[in-house]
This record gives sequence, C-alpha cells and structure tokens, in this order.
Amino acid sequence: MALSKDEVLAGLAEIVNEETDIDVAEVTAEKSFTDDLDIDSLSMMTIVTLAEEKFDVRIPDEKVKDLVTVGDAVDYIANA
Amino acid sequence: MTTLNVRRGAEFTRILGLGVARGENLVPNDDLIEPINSSDEWIRKMTGIATRVRAGKDTSVIDLSERAARDAIAQAGLEPSDIDAVILSTITFPHITPGGAPVLADRIGATPAAAFDISAACAGYCYGIGQADALVRSGAARHVLVVGAEKMSDFVDPADRSISYLLGDAAGAVVIGASETAGIGPTVWGSDGGGAELIGQTSSWLDVRDNPGTPFPTLRQEGPSVFKWASFKMAPVALQAIEAAGVAPDDIQVFIPHQANVRIIDQMVKQIGLPEHVVVAKDIVDSGNTSAASIPLATERVLRDGDARSGDLALQIGFGAGLVYAAQVVVLP
Repeated sequence: MALSKDEVLAGLAEIVNEETDIDVAEVTAEKSFTDDLDIDSLSMMTIVTLAEEKFDVRIPDEKVKDLVTVGDAVDYIANA
Repeated sequence: MTTLNVRRGAEFTRILGLGVARGENLVPNDDLIEPINSSDEWIRKMTGIATRVRAGKDTSVIDLSERAARDAIAQAGLEPSDIDAVILSTITFPHITPGGAPVLADRIGATPAAAFDISAACAGYCYGIGQADALVRSGAARHVLVVGAEKMSDFVDPADRSISYLLGDAAGAVVIGASETAGIGPTVWGSDGGGAELIGQTSSWLDVRDNPGTPFPTLRQEGPSVFKWASFKMAPVALQAIEAAGVAPDDIQVFIPHQANVRIIDQMVKQIGLPEHVVVAKDIVDSGNTSAASIPLATERVLRDGDARSGDLALQIGFGAGLVYAAQVVVLP
C-alpha cells in the first residue's frame, strides 16, 4: 500500500535527523534542504540513498537537484 | 600428443616490503581557495583535507615511483635484480606509449623484468595486488613490484571545484612474493562502465587535436554521484572481500580504503559496519587524494604512526574512474 505524504514526511524527517542531527520537528515541507536546513550536496546524497532504501524507490542522481524543498522530496517519493 | 609444461608457483603470497614517496611540497587549502572562490573551512567540511602533497615541476611520476620502489625492495631484503615483474598503476604518466613500467624497471635496475602499466585509476593499487598475487601463485613471477604512482597536479585545473583541489602527487610501492602462510586474500574486483562519465578528463586527446582552442585536458568528477556510488556501493564489495578471505569483520584490525574523501571513508565504515576497534586510515587529511598511491601511502602512515603493526590484518579497497573497484584483505608488511 502506498504511503501517505504525512507518512513519507515523517520517515524522511527521521533520515534527515539521522544524517544531520536536525530535530525532526524542523523538517517540514516548505523548508529548503540547502537554504533552511544547511544540508550540503554530500549529505543530500546520503539522505536520498537512505530514502531510496527506506521507501523502496529510485531517485536518479540527475533528479536530486530538482528536490529543492522537503516537500519536493515528499511529493517525488509519494508519487514514485 | 605433445603436452606443454605448465608452471606452478607458491601456494601463498604476502607483501614483503613497502616504500612510499610523497610530493615534496605540502600545499595547504589556503593556497588553492582563491580560484575556486572557496575557503579552508569549506574544503575541510566537504573533504576532510587540510593539506595535500604535491611534487615540483621537475619531479616526474617515474621519479616518485623510483623512490618508493627502491625502499620497498630494500625493506623486502631483495635486490632490484630479484624483481621479475613490474606493475605500474598510474593515470598520469604523460605518454600514451611507451608505458611507464619498463622505464621504471630500467631506472631501478630490474631489467629484463616483465613490465606493464595498468589504468585503473584509484583502484589501480588493489588491481595490481590482485595481479601480483596471481602471478606469484601461478609461477609466472617470483617477486612482483607493484607501484601506484600519480602526479595528479599535472592534470588539475585550479578553477575546478569538482576534484582538482583534492589531488596530490605521490607513489607507493610494494613487493609481492611467496609466503609460508596466506598474506593476501582473494581479490574481489569489478567495473561499471555505465558510470564512465562520472570521473575523467575534460576532453580526449583527439578533441585537442581536432578542435583548436580546446583546453589542455584536466580532471573532473560528478562529486555527489561519485560520493553516493563509493559510499554505498563499495560496502558490499568490502564485505565480499572479508568473506572471501574467510575472516569476519571482527578480525579486521585496520581499514585502508582509497583516500578519496573523509566523508566517503566515514560513510563506508558505517555501511560496512566495521567494529569500533578497527583503525581507519585517514592519511588523506595531510596527503590529499593521490589516486593509485593513496592506499600504500595510508598503509605506511598507520604503520609509522604506530596505529597498526606488521602482521595486522588490513582490509583495503580501491575505487574510482571507470568505474572500477577492487578489494582484498592483506597482512601488513
């Protein structure tokens, strides 16, 4: 069964917390990974890879640059 | 029917001696930040590198190789004439032909040893160890000199933010020979040419010839993609090498990965699940990424610093442009 966007957001927030120690409550849909959460390109790749494993989806490397906000990533994963 | 003789070699091999040569100049981040509009802090955060070793203009990749090779042969208690094969792993010997290995063999006095180059970039040292191990066990050679050597600074672009600032110049050499016990585990190796575009030179030599104004080729990488591949895809390879050697992660005393980036090394340790007691080589902090030389350099460093001892069991893994990779468990010399 497909996960709801809320469920994806919760799972993604856990991954972000694991990689960066940012509080899960800070990881909200409108936040920019780079500008708001200060996540660099290598941490972003780690988050993407862990999300691929957790949600059993594939996120091509060339797609990662389009995932500007947490919401972008949630939408991509939920619709994959 | 005529039958041909076949050779049989030693049952086991090990690393008999190790030598290294680092570029003579220690280059701090501050010397490189202006053309890439960056900072010492950013380079340390993204790579863990504080300085890299670079050779002067008049020092060649063969010069570095010779210094490392002579020390390796001496530590093995051998003479250059005892070497039957020379394998030089490099991507920076600046000739399409001849190879650098025959030149090196002649320079050190190992002629007429068999001599050839391998182009396996940052995996080249582990590729060379795998070949040397096989050559000695097959009887094709008694003593094989394996050298990983690079003068990366000849192929960097000071304005490149993808890879140039990581790179250093050095050579690391080992002599592989027969042993009474197994000192080199099975090599787990492979390639993925689907990722050939991720690390390489900016243009081919034919582009330079055919398109006037094409800049001299330098190195580039798709950093985040390479990070992802190395950090997550290489852990299973490392685990296969441990399993192939018939040991467990708990038995490993030292982890010596290619010194590509501290962030990659840290993620690999996590993904492999190495126990906390394992010493993790991080010579990259001071020497930078020296491609094929980085693993022997890091090996020399953990031994010199007293973090590891001769006889320790080390997991080594090289990975890089190709994409190519190779890993094996070895007993440190």
